[in-house]
Amino acid sequence: MTINGWLQIFVFLGLIFAVAKPLGVFLTRVFAREHTFLDPVLRPIERLLYRLTGVDESHEMRWTEYATTMLIFSAVSMLVLYLIQRIQGVLPFNPQHFGAVAPEHLAFNTAASFTTNTNWQAYSGETTMTYFTQMAGLAYHNFASAATGIVLAIAFIRGIARRQMNTLGNFWVDFVRCCLWVLLPFCVVGSLLLVSQGVVQNLRPYDTVKLVEPQQVQRLGADGKPVVDAAGKPVMDTVTTQTIAQGPVASQEIIKEWGTNGGGFFNANSAHPFENPTPLANLIEMFSIFAIGSGLTYTLGRMTGSPAHGWAVWSAMAILFLVGVTTAYWAEAKGNPLYPASIAQHASNSQPGGNMEGKETRFGIANSALFATVTTDASCGAINGWHDSFTPLGGMVPLVNIMLSEVIFGGVGSGMYGILIYIVLAVFIAGLMVGRTPEYLGKKIEAYDVKMAMLVSLVFPLIILTLTGISVVKGFGTTGISNPGPHGLSQILYAFTSSAGNNGSAFGGLTVNTLWYDAATGITTLVGRFFMIIPMLAIAGNLVQKKYVPPSLGTFPVTTPLFTLLLISVILILGALTFFPALSLGPILEHLLMQVGKTF
Amino acid sequence: MKKHLITAFLMTIATTILLGVIYPLLITVLAQVLFKDKANGQLRYRNGEVIGSRIIGQAFTSAKYFHSRPSAAGNGYDAANSGGTNLAPTNQKLIDRVRSDASALHQENPSQLIPVDLLTTSASGLDPEISPAAAEFQIPRIARERGVAEATLRKLVQSHTDQRDLGLLGEPRVNVLELNLALDDLTSKHGQTD
Repeated sequence: MTINGWLQIFVFLGLIFAVAKPLGVFLTRVFAREHTFLDPVLRPIERLLYRLTGVDESHEMRWTEYATTMLIFSAVSMLVLYLIQRIQGVLPFNPQHFGAVAPEHLAFNTAASFTTNTNWQAYSGETTMTYFTQMAGLAYHNFASAATGIVLAIAFIRGIARRQMNTLGNFWVDFVRCCLWVLLPFCVVGSLLLVSQGVVQNLRPYDTVKLVEPQQVQRLGADGKPVVDAAGKPVMDTVTTQTIAQGPVASQEIIKEWGTNGGGFFNANSAHPFENPTPLANLIEMFSIFAIGSGLTYTLGRMTGSPAHGWAVWSAMAILFLVGVTTAYWAEAKGNPLYPASIAQHASNSQPGGNMEGKETRFGIANSALFATVTTDASCGAINGWHDSFTPLGGMVPLVNIMLSEVIFGGVGSGMYGILIYIVLAVFIAGLMVGRTPEYLGKKIEAYDVKMAMLVSLVFPLIILTLTGISVVKGFGTTGISNPGPHGLSQILYAFTSSAGNNGSAFGGLTVNTLWYDAATGITTLVGRFFMIIPMLAIAGNLVQKKYVPPSLGTFPVTTPLFTLLLISVILILGALTFFPALSLGPILEHLLMQVGKTF
Repeated sequence: MKKHLITAFLMTIATTILLGVIYPLLITVLAQVLFKDKANGQLRYRNGEVIGSRIIGQAFTSAKYFHSRPSAAGNGYDAANSGGTNLAPTNQKLIDRVRSDASALHQENPSQLIPVDLLTTSASGLDPEISPAAAEFQIPRIARERGVAEATLRKLVQSHTDQRDLGLLGEPRVNVLELNLALDDLTSKHGQTD
């Protein structure tokens, strides 16, 4: 670990701190339908959209209608995405002449994954998707699923803030305002910033360039494995050219991060030089992942009239973030103890050192560990280095972050309603300790609310552990493993954790484009998204009807460091202990075996 | 219910046109006007031929060039098929590969420890850069092959080293393609770039 590395981490955290209040205030104004400086441009587009789609702006929805509308919209837009993939061969913007996305289970998996803000990718972008599918299918869902997440968080906060009412807002109005005010303007500016760094943005066919030095390479078969001749020797080809994939990348790259989606234009995601060409671009991307999550904590405080509460939640998130990034950075900087002694693995001013397998030179160790922590604290899932090649403990950090339900700044919106579930449980536990009915910001937390919160907390580990269990004992599961030993369990565990948490990053060596993994992870993303949302909205629908109870001497204050500490404890106890047995058989065991020199 | 279904369908279409078609096309036009070279991938030409992108790595294997990092993109630096090995640190295949590459490199320059980035595959398989230490490690071999003084090469590497962005971000690095083109220019009387 270097001083420069730590400086970069703290500069990043400083930016996330600085953006919380201005963005939080802006979000509050947008969803309260107050005037903003963007109104002259956006208000006419907003009105046009309502006219085209028949939305009544003044209509207010109860939680059930809000949830139904959201579900119908998700289902319809998911179906459209499935269809776009299946007919992309005849649609425009297809200079590489790709056919339909096949087989069907891959198209289903991708549709489910992008609709749920997961962006799990069982395909490789540059060999599968046309520019039209990337823009109108995948990048569109980056907007739609992000907006859906954000408005659900806003609806939940309204449930706390409003008193003795029935309604949580209008899904369509919230959705449109979120797309137009919160997502689109930043994406226009941000995508041009990224282009200025070297992220490509074009519609041209892939370029073929003449290599400076022709190369002898192994011929690969359709399965990606080297072809061998009769004598068992690999068949070699002389390669004189390189084909360079192009595309409208920057416009998709920025919403991929700003909406914590994570689905890369290219297979290598944010490690690809055309997606993330410079360390400055890397900083812009990481900032974009955390910005809205950070801003929403301030929105929570402001909408409920307790800004100090927002900061108490922000602090809990920042502390958990620092614990994660410290662990990952420390583990990766140590390097691989199994390498021979003739290799320099210590950092210096002229080399990054550390565990560089699956990492880019320009990012080195600090930025790769930081990116991995950020992308899994949030439910983003973009990567700038392969988590599968991280050291066992370094790779455990992203895994644990997702297991904690991605509430550390979190996915846009989903991080906020995720942590609100933990907050409900935290104040409930505090209430039990003093023997009083718990209150949260003036609302009594009662049996119904806690039951719904527990439902959310139980569905998540249930689906992860059940499907992981099935996959490790059945052939259709274990054939996908590429790294044997305890790491194989980690690969499968990561796949289901990532899809249930709607993250989308992976221990990428696992072969997942099979009927079992496409179907199982596809369904898991749907369960992980909607089985979280419905009980969460039910709590909001219940809270919104309750009277305001003024704070008394027995009320547990939610603005103090004690609350921050209690919240962290609840997150760690509930989230991590559920998964400790699985973690001890995966990354922890692998770490111990690596220390004694065991390989697989 | 039926009303919501119709609204959902119309909303999907309308917002797809706005966010999935108009927005990316607008950005494409702006990018092509404002940052033409960067928006098209920073292609590099020599003698009128396009020979690569500045920020997409390509393989160099002969002794007279600075070598790029090992690559797992397709069958090596396949820029239409990016990716890494995804080998775990405890995977025997990784350890075998690193050991055998390390012993070859050690023979080439026994006086220095081998910088780890020169033995490990990058995440994209298209890493255009190596660390300054990895370039330094290769200087004796290239000096031998090309009959150029090591000091001259050291100066060339230094002038092609990018420092951290804003003096803070990322890692110092050397662009392999640019360095090798400059190397060709240095040792060939007729070498030209345009």
